[in-house]
Amino acid sequence: MINNYLILPVIAHLFTAVLLLFFWRRTVAQRIISIAGSFIVLLAAIGLFTRVWNNGILVMQAANWEAPFGITFVADVFSSSMVLLTSFAGLAVSLFSAAGVARARMQYGYFPILHFLLMGLNGAFLTGDIFNLYVWFEVIIISSFVLLTLGGRKAQLEGAVKYMALNILASTFFLTGIGMLYGITGTLNMADLAMKVPLVGHRILVDVTAIFFILGFGIKSAVFPLYFWLPSSYHTPPSAVAAIFGGLLTKVGIYALFRVFTLIFIPDDFIRTLLIILAVLTILTGSFGAIIKRNIRRMFSYLIVCHIGFMIGGLGLFSEVALMGALFYLFHDMIIKTNLFLIAGLIRQQRGTMNMEKLGGLYAEYPRLSLLIAIVLFSLIGIPPLSGFWPKIYLFEAGFMTGQYILIAAIIIGSLVTLYVVSRMWADVFWKRAPLDDTSPEDRFKRMGIGKKTLLVTPIAFLAFISLYIGLGAENITAVVQRIASEMMDTTPYIRAVLGKS
Amino acid sequence: MKSTILKTATSYLLPILLLFSVFILLRGHYHPGGGFVGGLIASIAFVLHGFTYGTENTLKLMRYHPAVLIPAGLALATLSMFAPVLLGLPVMTGLWIDEPIPVIGMVGSALFFDLGVYLVVIGVVLTILFTITQYNE
Repeated sequence: MINNYLILPVIAHLFTAVLLLFFWRRTVAQRIISIAGSFIVLLAAIGLFTRVWNNGILVMQAANWEAPFGITFVADVFSSSMVLLTSFAGLAVSLFSAAGVARARMQYGYFPILHFLLMGLNGAFLTGDIFNLYVWFEVIIISSFVLLTLGGRKAQLEGAVKYMALNILASTFFLTGIGMLYGITGTLNMADLAMKVPLVGHRILVDVTAIFFILGFGIKSAVFPLYFWLPSSYHTPPSAVAAIFGGLLTKVGIYALFRVFTLIFIPDDFIRTLLIILAVLTILTGSFGAIIKRNIRRMFSYLIVCHIGFMIGGLGLFSEVALMGALFYLFHDMIIKTNLFLIAGLIRQQRGTMNMEKLGGLYAEYPRLSLLIAIVLFSLIGIPPLSGFWPKIYLFEAGFMTGQYILIAAIIIGSLVTLYVVSRMWADVFWKRAPLDDTSPEDRFKRMGIGKKTLLVTPIAFLAFISLYIGLGAENITAVVQRIASEMMDTTPYIRAVLGKS
Repeated sequence: MKSTILKTATSYLLPILLLFSVFILLRGHYHPGGGFVGGLIASIAFVLHGFTYGTENTLKLMRYHPAVLIPAGLALATLSMFAPVLLGLPVMTGLWIDEPIPVIGMVGSALFFDLGVYLVVIGVVLTILFTITQYNE
């Protein structure tokens, strides 16, 4: 059966990017095309999600080659919901970029590269072929490297070099793992691998291969001990770029980990213990890092690392409830982290700095905007009915059932530290009286026209609304993650859909 | 560079190299070659011309800036990739005409994809090289 529909979120971004290249220097046209393109992709993603939800897994064999031989694209509930969330974040970033990114950057191809990056993300979520996944990762790295260096300030280049070096290393591990996997089984199709890997007699070789994948994806998703590239590169680019990076790029590593370790390598005790240890250390180092940082974006970067641990821990527990918790957290995290970096960008427009010592008095000056931001921060902490609360319940439940008390303790510490740093940030940035000092730059936000102001605030409100929905409509999200988790525990429908046999 | 031998040779080599790049492009489907290699050979022809007569003259010879070729080539490749969808086939399926055309051979959507790659490679290579040369001048 032919389902070209599922490739639409990838193709639409590709067309948008090519169209943008024709308007190389015309920045106004670029802004309009970019927003329109992201909007079309969002519609396509919503369509894809409803189709997958109603009719089950969609499969497309690229170039019409039969399944284990050609490249397969698969959309199950997991990948289509990731595409949907990416499209929400993509639209928000497109809108924010239209007002928040300097003209000079747009003239050097900011928007085309942004859409190539989003195309890479959607492609990575939809592919059903492990080597093709690698290729999409390369598309993502190349685009993100350009976005990171665009502008060419010294700090940016420093961050970019660290980012590039570690990501190349991660790709090398990933590629080596693929090579070993192909050597063992002779196939690259994920569904085919899922059938052949359990039959391999040499289990140690399979474990070694699995560790290569953990290393590769672990570096990409900033897991302890190789997380340090993230805080040292994410504070350098423009906020719109940092939002895409913080919200989506690390999550693609998480997605790949979940996909590979639920479909191809079913974690044995050794891998589970390893994942849990990594999770605990990631949560602790991330939260300790967040405590000492006084720059908003650096603090958020460490919070990303901290919260990555929650998801890895959920994967390490490997029960249906734990996976539900981890997936719920993943969905919540993608939206909220994108939004946090957009908020940081907005504060920078208003005050010209992100240093908490120099900030202050935002609540007095912008009370309504501050309340909007407060919703986002409360969701991040996980105040009960908001979105950060529900996944932790599931994670605790799964932790108690399997007796992983250390992980539970780490999650509690991580949550407390998040609460602490966020409330301290609230007090410093919003409540504290602004330090009197003549050198403070003027408020660029205040001088903007109503159009630009709307472009900056709308995406934040839009993502805050989605966060609210994730929290208050937790029932629906739970239904989605429950279905994904059951699909992960029983992969036969996936394999049958791809290979067309049982 | 002021060398009569180079100047004379270049004026003969430019068309020959361009013709050769098209030959490499066309044989690429079943034999070694294809859009990428063909594009590199074509850009070598222009680089050689620029080397001899100066980058300004090469740009004048090309009429359009090579950067224009990048979106054009990408658009061609994307469209040929997307064309099968209109016939209800999966993306990137090869579409072929029934009878081979003399000289060129079998024509299909893969050829247009390769042609797109050819244009993108020429555009990228020349844009990079010319930018570096003009920066130095």
